[in-house]
Amino acid sequence: MTQVVPPILSVTPSRALVDEKFKVLVENLPPGCPVTVRSLHNSEDKHDWEAYGHYVSDHSGVVSVSEDLSYGGTYTGKEPMGLLWSMRPVPGSRPGLRLRKMNVCTPMLVTISVHSGHEGFRDQAPLASVLTERWYMAPGIQRITINEQGVQGTLFIPPGPGPFPGLLDMWGGGGGLLEYRAALLASHGYVSLALDYLGFDQESENLELKYFETAFNIIKDHPQVMSDRVGIFGLSLGSLVAVTLAAYSTIIKPCCIVCISSNHYYPAQGSTIASRFEGVTRQLYKARVNEDNQVIWKDVGLEFITDPSNIAEVGRINCPTLLVNGCDDQNWPTVETAEDVARLMREAGKEHLLSRLAYPDTGHLIEPPFSPHFRATTFVIHSSKEKVLLLWGGKTKPHSDAQEDSWRKILSFLQFHLYCGPCLKAKI
Amino acid sequence: MDRKQCCVKLSVQPSRGLMDEKFIVLVQNALPGSQLTIRALHQCEDGHSWEAFGHYTADTTGTINVSEDPSIGGTYSGVEQMGLLWSFRPIPGSKSGLRMRKKNIQTPMEVTISVYQGHQTEGFADLVPLSGVAVERWYMAPGVRRIPVTEGGLTAALFLPSGPGPFPGLLDLWGGGGQLVEYRAALLASHGFASMAIDYLTAKITMETGKMVDNQYFETAYRVLQQHPQVCGSKIAMIGLSFGTSITLKMAVYSEVIKLSAAVCISGSHVQPVDGSVEELLRFFQKNGEKTRFSEKNEVIWRDLLLPIPTDPSLKVNVGTTS
Repeated sequence: MTQVVPPILSVTPSRALVDEKFKVLVENLPPGCPVTVRSLHNSEDKHDWEAYGHYVSDHSGVVSVSEDLSYGGTYTGKEPMGLLWSMRPVPGSRPGLRLRKMNVCTPMLVTISVHSGHEGFRDQAPLASVLTERWYMAPGIQRITINEQGVQGTLFIPPGPGPFPGLLDMWGGGGGLLEYRAALLASHGYVSLALDYLGFDQESENLELKYFETAFNIIKDHPQVMSDRVGIFGLSLGSLVAVTLAAYSTIIKPCCIVCISSNHYYPAQGSTIASRFEGVTRQLYKARVNEDNQVIWKDVGLEFITDPSNIAEVGRINCPTLLVNGCDDQNWPTVETAEDVARLMREAGKEHLLSRLAYPDTGHLIEPPFSPHFRATTFVIHSSKEKVLLLWGGKTKPHSDAQEDSWRKILSFLQFHLYCGPCLKAKI
Repeated sequence: MDRKQCCVKLSVQPSRGLMDEKFIVLVQNALPGSQLTIRALHQCEDGHSWEAFGHYTADTTGTINVSEDPSIGGTYSGVEQMGLLWSFRPIPGSKSGLRMRKKNIQTPMEVTISVYQGHQTEGFADLVPLSGVAVERWYMAPGVRRIPVTEGGLTAALFLPSGPGPFPGLLDLWGGGGQLVEYRAALLASHGFASMAIDYLTAKITMETGKMVDNQYFETAYRVLQQHPQVCGSKIAMIGLSFGTSITLKMAVYSEVIKLSAAVCISGSHVQPVDGSVEELLRFFQKNGEKTRFSEKNEVIWRDLLLPIPTDPSLKVNVGTTS
């Protein structure tokens, strides 16, 4: 039996950071051959995620995912990174899954394979497959557990002598310690602290900002950090923290802040961020539930923020601020929030500090580029431990474009203000 | 803190690459027109340190792109995208005669790339760089598997690409230094070839019995490869360097068992007693030992051992008959 040499599949580079592009190339096919290129990833919580595109080889037997059109699958058109951003749980998976890397010291392993034909491509073994690694951490980054002065988190320090600008990185109301974005920011040259702030009991309510100020100072006082170049990066509830620190803290002065899925809901002083969030979740029985049993928090949020006494005094912010939001956000009225922040900052003569990005058909969970899109996922409410299916919003293709575009702009904003900008001399 | 000092940003993309992939080294935010040195440092498995460096001038935007800008001095000059790797040499003060070869190919070669103020040529250990990054260079792509091979008395290692196969096969031979040298086979497997690196001079069987391997040793290697379920038995090639070329040509022309689809011969010769054994080939080279010359630095030159090319057909492989 003469064995046929199979097609040659290559992914370049085979090891990359999660925000770097790759080129997937299939060679040595017959000309005009219909094939399906597929990606498969088995997550840390043991679910399978896949994406695939249907292609036809050219006269020389080549399919180039970066250059050719996909005619169908989980993405269509010319999409060099479609095999990553259009990933979704394989058929038969439980609903409401979300893909998040918890161990950033190992790469995300993705198998890229090429199959014969379009319909029913899964029925046969692949013609060829390669393994590719996607990393949140660049080589040489130090990962240090922080448990001092009551602050809990993980610090990432880039390689090299430094000194480096710093970033306080916070996720949202889901709680826990998510390190991946901080690790990625460190890979771009920032000493980044991923902060755990809902996970455990904090001090009394009079010290509402103290926890975050202490965390900020841990970064600022680090010997490898430029003390006047520390910024804050938050998503959702994390963006509320960023905004309130920038507006109210008399102890710390962030050099700039990035708020993804903006939140400025800040009712009467004298309570912690956690208790404020709990206040919101207690009202959620009012939230609409759609025909897919997905909970929509947006309208409840809209009601809260129409009362001006519930709003943080963002006119007091004195640093460059970037707001990144999705117009299809179903979890919080983030675009309305951004409008309101703009109005308040304009009234305070601070409009020149504000930059806003708003993306059409984009949801609440604006993650690093090429991450899959999650329209609705299971969410555990931190205080009550109740599980709901939350609608985040967004349509996959526009949401993924927003992730890619916003990340580039966020990095550019951070580079401008933390690497190139004028040195702010903190006057305390 | 000096503002100009804290702003320089160095990046290398990709930060993890295969040994034969190119990277882009970029310096940004430097003072326009400033003189900078970009240096690579590597400590190899035997503890010796190697360095390479280039002298650059930042452009009007404060940028240096090693792929596009010329180095005007250092261990390489001109526009040399990969000069920081190929111009590596032992750091000053090192022992002479060093060679860098990776033995453990399951871990990457780690290189630190740094940028320094000014055009520096020495004393780097006492300077603080403006910025530095860590880069990994791999011989093995993700998913490539290493399988030790001992059947039939072989001392070899098979590298299989990821995926179902079947893959074309490759027999990989190094030269007179012996040992089981795996890095090229690992890299070739990363490019889709099921590659078997073979130790044929210091094989376990030779070390134990004192006898050199015979021609059947190579035929056994060929058979093991051919019969592997993930190898395309009708598409096997051989690659040899230096003495490995002598073996490759011999097998390609005279072996009844080995049928090669292709042969790659690097830095070798066809001059050898026709169809001699490994031992006979070695003795032939040693016999011509008096033709060894020495350079003025007392370096041994073996080039003339096989010169002049003999006219006697029994002393060279008849490559005209290879198919």
